[in-house]
Amino acid sequence: MADQTTNPIAFVADGTIPPSPPPANQTGIIKWLRENLFSGVANTILTVLSILLIYVLLKNTLPWILNGVWNADSLAQCREILDGKTGACFAVLTERWHQLIYGFKYPDDAYWRPNLAFLLMLVAVAPVLFFDLPRKLLLFTAVYPFVAFWLIWGGTILVPIVALLGCVAAAVVFQKFGKNSFAAGFFGGIVVALVVWNVGGALIPDDANEGALLSAVPSRDLGGFMLNLMLGVTCVSLSLPLGIALALGRQSDMPLIKWVCVIFIEFIRGVPLITLLFVASVMLAYFFPPDSTVDLFLRVVIMITMFSAAYIAEVIRGGLAALPRGQYEAADSLGLDYPQAMRLIILPQALKISIPGIVNVAVGLFKDTTLVSVISMFDLVGMIRGPILASTEWNGVYWELLGFAALLFFVVCYGISQYSQWLERRLATDHH
Amino acid sequence: MKKSVILGVATVAGLAAGAAAAGTVDDVKARGKLNCGVTTGLVGFAAPDANGEWQGFDVSLCRAVAAAVLGDASAVEFVPTTGKTRFTALASGEIDMLARNTTWTFSRDVDLKFEFVGVNYYDGQGFMVPKALGVSSAKELDGATVCIQTGTTTELNLADFFRSNNISYEPVPIETNAEAQQQYLAGACDVYTTDASGLAATRATFENPGDHVLLPEIISKEPLGPLVRHGDHEWGDVVRWTLNALVSAEELGVTSANIDEMAAGTDNPEVNRLLGTEGTLGEMLGLDADWAMKAIKSGGNYGEVFAKNIGEETPIGLARGLNAQWTDGGLLYSPPFR
Amino acid sequence: MSTMTDPPKADFRLSMLINDTRYRSLTFQVIAAIVIALSIWYLGNNLIQNLRAAGLNISYSFLGDPSGYDINQRLIEYDSQSSHGRAAVVGILNTLLVAFLACITATVFGVIAGVLRLSNNWLVSKLMAVYVEIFRNIPVLIWIIIIFTIMTAVLPGPREFRGENPTSSMLFDLFAFTNRGVYIPRPEFANGLFGATFLNWLLVIAVLVGSWFATREIEKRASLKQEQTGERPKTGLVKLAVWLVPFALLMVLMGLTWEVPALKGFNFSGGIKVGGPLIALWFALSIYTGAFIAENVRAGIQAISKGQTEAAAALGLRPGRIMNLVILPQALRVIIPPLISQYLNITKNSSLAIAVGYADITATLGGITLNQTGRAIECVLLLMLFYLTASLLISMAMNIYNASVKLKER
Repeated sequence: MADQTTNPIAFVADGTIPPSPPPANQTGIIKWLRENLFSGVANTILTVLSILLIYVLLKNTLPWILNGVWNADSLAQCREILDGKTGACFAVLTERWHQLIYGFKYPDDAYWRPNLAFLLMLVAVAPVLFFDLPRKLLLFTAVYPFVAFWLIWGGTILVPIVALLGCVAAAVVFQKFGKNSFAAGFFGGIVVALVVWNVGGALIPDDANEGALLSAVPSRDLGGFMLNLMLGVTCVSLSLPLGIALALGRQSDMPLIKWVCVIFIEFIRGVPLITLLFVASVMLAYFFPPDSTVDLFLRVVIMITMFSAAYIAEVIRGGLAALPRGQYEAADSLGLDYPQAMRLIILPQALKISIPGIVNVAVGLFKDTTLVSVISMFDLVGMIRGPILASTEWNGVYWELLGFAALLFFVVCYGISQYSQWLERRLATDHH
Repeated sequence: MKKSVILGVATVAGLAAGAAAAGTVDDVKARGKLNCGVTTGLVGFAAPDANGEWQGFDVSLCRAVAAAVLGDASAVEFVPTTGKTRFTALASGEIDMLARNTTWTFSRDVDLKFEFVGVNYYDGQGFMVPKALGVSSAKELDGATVCIQTGTTTELNLADFFRSNNISYEPVPIETNAEAQQQYLAGACDVYTTDASGLAATRATFENPGDHVLLPEIISKEPLGPLVRHGDHEWGDVVRWTLNALVSAEELGVTSANIDEMAAGTDNPEVNRLLGTEGTLGEMLGLDADWAMKAIKSGGNYGEVFAKNIGEETPIGLARGLNAQWTDGGLLYSPPFR
Repeated sequence: MSTMTDPPKADFRLSMLINDTRYRSLTFQVIAAIVIALSIWYLGNNLIQNLRAAGLNISYSFLGDPSGYDINQRLIEYDSQSSHGRAAVVGILNTLLVAFLACITATVFGVIAGVLRLSNNWLVSKLMAVYVEIFRNIPVLIWIIIIFTIMTAVLPGPREFRGENPTSSMLFDLFAFTNRGVYIPRPEFANGLFGATFLNWLLVIAVLVGSWFATREIEKRASLKQEQTGERPKTGLVKLAVWLVPFALLMVLMGLTWEVPALKGFNFSGGIKVGGPLIALWFALSIYTGAFIAENVRAGIQAISKGQTEAAAALGLRPGRIMNLVILPQALRVIIPPLISQYLNITKNSSLAIAVGYADITATLGGITLNQTGRAIECVLLLMLFYLTASLLISMAMNIYNASVKLKER
């Protein structure tokens, strides 16, 4: 301490000052809060408003959910248990969940069949959705529709086998003749398939369904969320080839084909799906041969497929337009004819660009399958608005059922849209 | 069964069905199933229960017809139809008969080319109001908001009633009974109107049924009955006489309990003719001799069906009223079986 | 092909129809024409046979018959004695009304949510993301039913306004929010200058338009002065006066009074009633479509390069003005094409009105009229014709607008 008085200089730092922590409001959570929530007057107001909104929402819904009754036989019993407290009556879900998922007519001992079909579907679509998987898996994808049909509808296994045989025969014919002339292979394939189906159909005995391994389930007995999923999956997969054909047709040089495609696409896109469903339910029956009736399910599938094909065609047209002109010219200069150029050069690239758009159409379509409830089909919404709310036990349970439906759709659609975003990022890096 | 060439494999898969144009009776027999159109859900008349089995007053008629034609009351495919789709479903052959509390009107019978084969329930349109409103007559409803279930003749009757009484109202058309009921209970409308039977059924499901009253006015005649396509008279006869058999059975005292006993032979020739132990009525219809017996056995006679599904013992609690036998002052009057 | 010389003329052979590119497209088109004609003939033939078998015919004469039913929401005169055709027109106007209202509010919701989703405020941007994801991933039919149910359950019925101690009361004694609809006061002119009400309203509109032109003129002069002297005269008060004074004068002159809704009998009467189904459908469509528009807006804003924002900031503009003056005008070009298809979606989704009992064209022509007359084919065809026309007209109008905001390249 003595030096201090002798040293003429008041203070000399003889070492570095140890770094002190940043001020409290510049660090950690406080800094984050200041920057992200309270960076200005306007932001502060917004934050407070948001917190208020969240509080009000939670205050009204949380007790309702937490107080929920999960075991009761009817709404009246629920009310008794709750005894004046607010609370949900989730008992309707525990009691009727199978109706909400499978419809009210699907035999309970056969629930494993749609479940298995659903699991297999995940396997079947995997190679389509994720490019890294071995291509061999696509073989299973090709067989899957027939397996799924057999699992869900049951009945004689001969039907899906005949259908599969027709497709195989068509593929063989196409392989054989398609090399020389695409048209010959293509139309030859269709003719062969039709022949196989009709001959096969005639060969299957009428009572083949009796004593079949899986009991036959008429399609009227399908319902619930399963019906939404089935309609969505069937219609999207059927509409893909149709959509590609329409998109190519719309770009065609042949005026007749071009205009037919344009009129079809614009007509379908101009009317709401519900009018097309009205067509399926009240009009289409008149357009089939007089001595036959076609299942409502099939009629609805036809109309929804046409609907989504028109939208998918527009997405693919965008993909085709996005390809540089040079690709078309390069294909021409290699001497490829139109089918070859499309199949080998143009479509693989165009489809890749269009996948996110197609996925969006698919999500939209899946959501729109709820509209079938308007034409007396018991899908998830139809089950809620029809049999369940009409029953004496559960008359008056709205929120629980609607919330459950909303949750199911959210999970599926959000999942698909997350996939689509992942894919977009993935495709974006592919170009580097 | 004729398979359509165009539809190929779909026919066999059961997604499309060929129907020979010969006649509905033969079609149904060939198919082994009766396709019967019902509502999408009205408790008491036609609604699936918790196990997915269709139950109700209209459903019983379908089962009786199936029993008469096919000998099996469970050989029925119930096709739910809405007010919009029911007529097309019948006209296009998707269903063989429609038992969907459909009002028998001139234009439906004549213009739309259907054949109503009888009346299985005499109904009329009524009003339900909350007791607290203090309304005792429909004529006091000036300016009221009225919930209507659409897809029936209800809208027209309502418009006619208010117009002829020169009072104003505001209609709120609702698609399903459940939603209409929710609107009514929440006070979004003052009055709920539909067929009186439907009102009673709806009120039965309320938390406090006593807080609501049905007004005395019945503003329309609603003879509800099964219908078939115009022109197929054999099939029309089958459905008509199955209905008549159920009604006659009640009149003659034939019930599902004593039918086996009576089928052994009774002193009453009409009972014998009805049950096929005497005469050839079944043969004339193109059915077995004991067709009516099977129909009655499927769910009992008219009175039993009524009591089981919508009668006073059930939550719906409808009195027989107009639907009593003519011998009890009602309107049920089956032509004789001879 | 055009640069090549034509191959030497060979005799025409049948195989050239398929192998020669000159004939091939013709061949295909002829085949296509035959196939199309055959399928039309096949379907038409089936239709005729089916109709004959059912004893029906196609006729539109039912449109002239009295409809026999009442409609609660109507923009033109209509009662149960009017024809089915008129009921269809009432439905068309209702469809257009709800579509128009929903387009406006959906755009407002969408722009707000889209901009807020890019906000620096973490909570707000997350909240908006949740809004967008929840509404985009749940079917609109479920939303319409949920919102209608919420409305009926939460808002009070008129009978709760009644009695000694009503459980509900009117807002400022002017507005009544009930589950049957919202009642707002209706302006009325005690001594209008014209006999007809709509002429009076026309006058009001004319005055407002005049004020708008006057303010534009004032702005123009101010800009001129700014260019000459470098100083912008203050115009705020003058503009306010130009807007307010003539309007207020006119109102006093015509004796403006408000007809306040009051509880009478079963319902509120007087005032303007905006029906419950309309509000539910309107709100559901706007909030659902708003989520989609928010995504379009976000994509549009993100498409504008960051340099634009930085350049604007370098000029000293504040964030709000950067958004309004620099980003949004440019982003608009990216946003408008998807916006058109959202507007079309609103129009088409409005057909779900039947779920809430709103009397749009699907509920009148495609609902009650179809049920009552049983003319399914005719009604559905007319229904599709209407939507097709509406869609084509909307996309045409919006394409014209789109062309006008397009980047003018010189």
